Amino acid sequence: MAKSIVQEFTKGLWKEVPPFRLVLGLCPVLGVTTSVQNGLGMGLATTFVLLCSNILVSTLRKVIPSKVRIACYIIIIATFVIVVEQVMKAFAFPLYQTLGVFIPLIVVNCIVLGRAEAFASKNGIILSIADGLGIGLGFTCSLAALSAVREIIGKGTITIWGAPLFEGPIVNIAHTFPDFVPFEFMVQAPGAFVCLGLMLCMMNLVPSK
Amino acid sequence: MGEMIKMVLVLTVLSIISGGSLSYLEKNLKPIQEKQIMQLVKGPAVRQILQGASNKPVDDVLTLGEGKNASKVFYGVYEGKPKVVVMESEGKGYGGPIGLLVAIDMEKQALHGIGVTTHTETGGLGAEAKDNPEWAAQFTGKSINKKIQVTGDGGEISAIGGATITSRAVCDATNKAVATYQEIKPQLTEKLQGVAK
Repeated sequence: MAKSIVQEFTKGLWKEVPPFRLVLGLCPVLGVTTSVQNGLGMGLATTFVLLCSNILVSTLRKVIPSKVRIACYIIIIATFVIVVEQVMKAFAFPLYQTLGVFIPLIVVNCIVLGRAEAFASKNGIILSIADGLGIGLGFTCSLAALSAVREIIGKGTITIWGAPLFEGPIVNIAHTFPDFVPFEFMVQAPGAFVCLGLMLCMMNLVPSK
Repeated sequence: MGEMIKMVLVLTVLSIISGGSLSYLEKNLKPIQEKQIMQLVKGPAVRQILQGASNKPVDDVLTLGEGKNASKVFYGVYEGKPKVVVMESEGKGYGGPIGLLVAIDMEKQALHGIGVTTHTETGGLGAEAKDNPEWAAQFTGKSINKKIQVTGDGGEISAIGGATITSRAVCDATNKAVATYQEIKPQLTEKLQGVAK
């Protein structure tokens, strides 16, 4: 065993953090990061799917015939995505409404399928759990960071649980700086590209080793 | 040959487990989901339509029919009598189905108001059906004995600019609700009399 569990876990947090280092799974990254709450919700949903699918794929890796492995992975991933969707619909309906179509789209999120194919199908369960958790949390943190930047510039707020279901902490810089004018471009689609590009650029200024 | 059988077997078993567990989950979560939709989507819309009613419109629901044909009807009590009933209906919009609540004043034989609940129409155009209360207000007071149509089709409702399909869908859904109402009217009157006592 060349790599330890800790290494597998931490690589997802910095060295191989999905949207910035691997540049994978950009569709939800660009689509939902208009508020911190959406980013976190999406990140956690993906983490759950990633973790569960990694565990199952790794458990079944000797049973699944290699010719139909992708079909098997898709069945496993799709099942967990529907679980997330149904649970979210039942217990966090406002979040379900805002994330909308992006939840079913986790099925084709290349991070999830990528980890199943590249990691879980070749490694043991414990390592796969570490890998899934690390990559998932890395993805969540990236989404949260990106959406925090976009929301604070674009709307002047940080919403953690601001939906009607949970009355939670909302930072509003308009209270501190009354002259603040929101730069709405940042919460629109083109702002996502610009912001992601700038963050990628800054990440690359720091060497990965 | 052996490999072939193994592939079929693995895929079949996986699909069965997946399908089985999902239907189990759905069965258990459905009531909670419906409660959420009721509370967060339909509830506010019903309350909005039945403003000024003296009962609690969201909690007082009549169920008519049985099994698959069962439909839920909300009602509002005005001046001590359950005068207004609210029917659920659906129309085919531009971006998908439009869920509509149609309130009918039983005494006046006229629409009491309508409200869009769920939709996937374009923001700023079709979404105005939900977001612009002035547009929906046009329906209030229209007789239910006449077909509701947009002006372009010879009716009295002026369509939302740039969203004729949405406007037609809302009219269609209204007509459907009225048709259902006429059908279940005898049952409904009976049930509501029970409520009045």
